[in-house]
Amino acid sequence: MISAVLFYVFAAILLVSAAMVVSSRNPVHSVLFLILAFFNAAALFLLAGAEFLAMILVIVYVGAVAVLFLFVVMMLDINFAELRSGYQRYLPVGLAVGAVLLTELAIVLGGWKVSPEAVTLRLSPRAAELHNTLQLGRLIYTDYIFLFQAAGLVLLVAMIGAIVLTLRDRTKSRHQNIAHQIARTPADTLELVDVPSRAGVASIGILRPKPAPQPEQAEASTGHAEGHH
Amino acid sequence: MAVDLFHYLFVAAMLLVMGIFGIFLNRKNVIVILMSIELILLAANLNLVAFSASLDDLVGQVFVMFTLTVAAAEAAIGLAIVVIYFRNRGSIQVEDVNLMKG
Repeated sequence: MISAVLFYVFAAILLVSAAMVVSSRNPVHSVLFLILAFFNAAALFLLAGAEFLAMILVIVYVGAVAVLFLFVVMMLDINFAELRSGYQRYLPVGLAVGAVLLTELAIVLGGWKVSPEAVTLRLSPRAAELHNTLQLGRLIYTDYIFLFQAAGLVLLVAMIGAIVLTLRDRTKSRHQNIAHQIARTPADTLELVDVPSRAGVASIGILRPKPAPQPEQAEASTGHAEGHH
Repeated sequence: MAVDLFHYLFVAAMLLVMGIFGIFLNRKNVIVILMSIELILLAANLNLVAFSASLDDLVGQVFVMFTLTVAAAEAAIGLAIVVIYFRNRGSIQVEDVNLMKG
């Protein structure tokens, strides 16, 4: 009984905060309502008996994805008022599409029930005496190990992609070119001059330093393109 | 499970409709569109968890983990694209994204 009441409370907060996400004027408020929606969805997961996924939802979504959204919203200097223009124009079509979709889903849900044979088709029934995390772990690390590793690869590709996309190449900054420094010989930069006694600047002239070897520029720029830092 | 499966499915359906409504409503703001996509994926996850609990089958919860992985990757890549687009053009209006004349 108490869990049914909790379900309705969490579901109501979830739906209200989802509505606020899409209709809020300020995107920062949208992100904060998104966090609230994720918390309530995690509570619904808990009520359905998926404790591990509820905690994962809080950690991954609230801890990482929502904060990422918050960073991007606050980092970019965007005129959000301009982005809101045309709101009234899109409202009717959005409402129409939403109403049609909701009606269709309600029709599908109304005329549908679970087949009685569905229970016999279960791949891995839940054992009552083991807790959720243990069972999920046993399943993931045995039957679904390849899918699990593929998920890891997806995350790796996403990480590399995000780094490659956003890495800013600073061509103006001057990096140390170690190979160039090591390859330098004294003959490149030093000049030994025998100065006769009692001769001054007037008779010898002013010695200018040799111009620095120029190939450094081209080399440095190619080094940048390959991501040498 | 405390309540009927259909209550979960109805909440998930409402969440999905709100996500799609958000895409229509915020046609110009790509960040809110990404948030709406997160809502849609959350609705799918809620469906999977509800069916998993109702049928007493754990495979649905395994599937939710992979959906969460893909959703996190999608958010990271999408926001990275938004950041570099803003850096290049100084705007994130969806209508301005027509460099490739697609």
